[in-house]
Amino acid sequence: MATAPNVGMVPFVGAPAAQAEAPALLRLAGWRRPALRVLSIGLFFAAWHVATTWDVDFYVRFQNIPTPAEVLEEAVALFGSAAFYVHILASLERIWLGFAIATTLGVGMGLLIGWFRFAEDTLFPPIELFRPIPAVAWVPLSIMLWPTERSSIVFITTLGAFFPIVLNTIHGVEGIDRQLVRAATSLGAGRLAIFREVVIPGALPSIVTGLSVGMGVSWLCLISAEMISGQFGIGYFTWVAYGIVKYSQIVVGMLVIGVLGMLSSALIRLVGARCMPWLPRRVRDAT
Amino acid sequence: MRGGDLTNGATGRIEITDLGMVFGRNSRTVEAVRRFTLMTTPGEFVALLGPSGCGKTTVLNAVAGFVIPTVGRIVVDGEIITQPGADRGMVFQQHSLFPWKTVLGNVEFGLKMRGVGKKERKSQAHAYLSLVGLTGFEHAYPRELSGGMQQRVGIARALVNRPRVLLMDEPFGALDAQTRLTMQELLLGVWREVRTTVLFVTHDIDEALFLADRVAVMTGRPGQIRDLVEVKFTRPRAAEIIATPAFMVLKARVLAQVREESARTLSGPRP
Repeated sequence: MATAPNVGMVPFVGAPAAQAEAPALLRLAGWRRPALRVLSIGLFFAAWHVATTWDVDFYVRFQNIPTPAEVLEEAVALFGSAAFYVHILASLERIWLGFAIATTLGVGMGLLIGWFRFAEDTLFPPIELFRPIPAVAWVPLSIMLWPTERSSIVFITTLGAFFPIVLNTIHGVEGIDRQLVRAATSLGAGRLAIFREVVIPGALPSIVTGLSVGMGVSWLCLISAEMISGQFGIGYFTWVAYGIVKYSQIVVGMLVIGVLGMLSSALIRLVGARCMPWLPRRVRDAT
Repeated sequence: MRGGDLTNGATGRIEITDLGMVFGRNSRTVEAVRRFTLMTTPGEFVALLGPSGCGKTTVLNAVAGFVIPTVGRIVVDGEIITQPGADRGMVFQQHSLFPWKTVLGNVEFGLKMRGVGKKERKSQAHAYLSLVGLTGFEHAYPRELSGGMQQRVGIARALVNRPRVLLMDEPFGALDAQTRLTMQELLLGVWREVRTTVLFVTHDIDEALFLADRVAVMTGRPGQIRDLVEVKFTRPRAAEIIATPAFMVLKARVLAQVREESARTLSGPRP
């Protein structure tokens, strides 16, 4: 196919930017900075070790706190026993269920509330009413409402994740550039196509932020609910360890919660980045 | 060569009759456009020129169907305009590409809305991308392109629907002077191939006179047509014509009018 008139001579301004060669100083920093980070974590463990082996008592009391070595030993023992996995799996199942329900409801309602005035008038007021109540405050009522311990804890977990997800979705829809909607209509898009092609992808970065925050909150709610009312789960395990004076188990429980929380957040970020290849890397990492 | 499969035939007759646009409610209304009448012949290139805030974009948005006329009516090829549609392609000033779609995805959009199959979409989109000189950038995202390249995608995206009219709202206003000139030449080249009617809004006198067959000079708000200037330079036009004496004569005439309207807008009573 022939080139259109005048087109052949046109220089392509601003083609996808070439990767600039990093200056020497930055390249050096390339390995120095990770090294510093590892060192920082090492120092934390060293301080923990010193404080607990010397039984430091300086207003904060370390006599009953297990040493890192004791915790490691306990962790090895626990991960060797099937009983420990039952707790972890119970928590993971609750998080997964609660988060999945919250995502479905939160994103679905958020898209409707953000885009349709009727949905905003009918669905949004109850959300505003219940939002200020922390999910943990629902625990007593939840125990009465739901037939099983599992369902009441999933309810709390769902509740915790729901609000940040729905609010961020609404925010994302409301932030959509109206010019893009106009552009779509002038290209022949109907109402449904606008919703699918403009509203959903336009709100997606904000939705992923909501999911990320929601995941953090749902862990918070899960652990609190398990500590208060559970019979299984990693939160229950950690609380019971305190009751039966197994102090090393408390710390193992805490660390497991931390690692699981971190992994689930990383999973959200990974899926988010996969769904939004159009965003520059640093923006995707920030969500 | 390509002419046969990209042109749209003799369609694109725009009839704007006694258009009036009033925004706002109760006592706080703004009359943006008053008794605006303009007819174009199919395949004509008409520029709307006027000081900022004179309502030229409002006229364009009304032809696009984004806003409904308060009074008067707009007819394109015999059909009264009541809503936006793919028969009237729109090129916005900037930032109107879908950021989440690649260049190809953006250009294919209109065809996808019409239910054209994937393979056919791709081949048509390629043809229009080649027309605007963007072959090889199909898989880039808009943010990876310069402003000028983004506008070329915008032009291809509107043209792929083979619109009766192409509406352009200061499409090169946000570009640097050098790129703007390049884009103006490119647009004329593309227009020679597709031969669709163009309604082009600008506040740049050189741009209006260089591109258009007729320039509608508008008054300050409420916008009306003050003068219709025939631009009879032969086509194809080269950028050099803007330095010719004949061009200067036209420019002087239009400039005097635009300056007068700008001054009136600035000193006049609040509308």
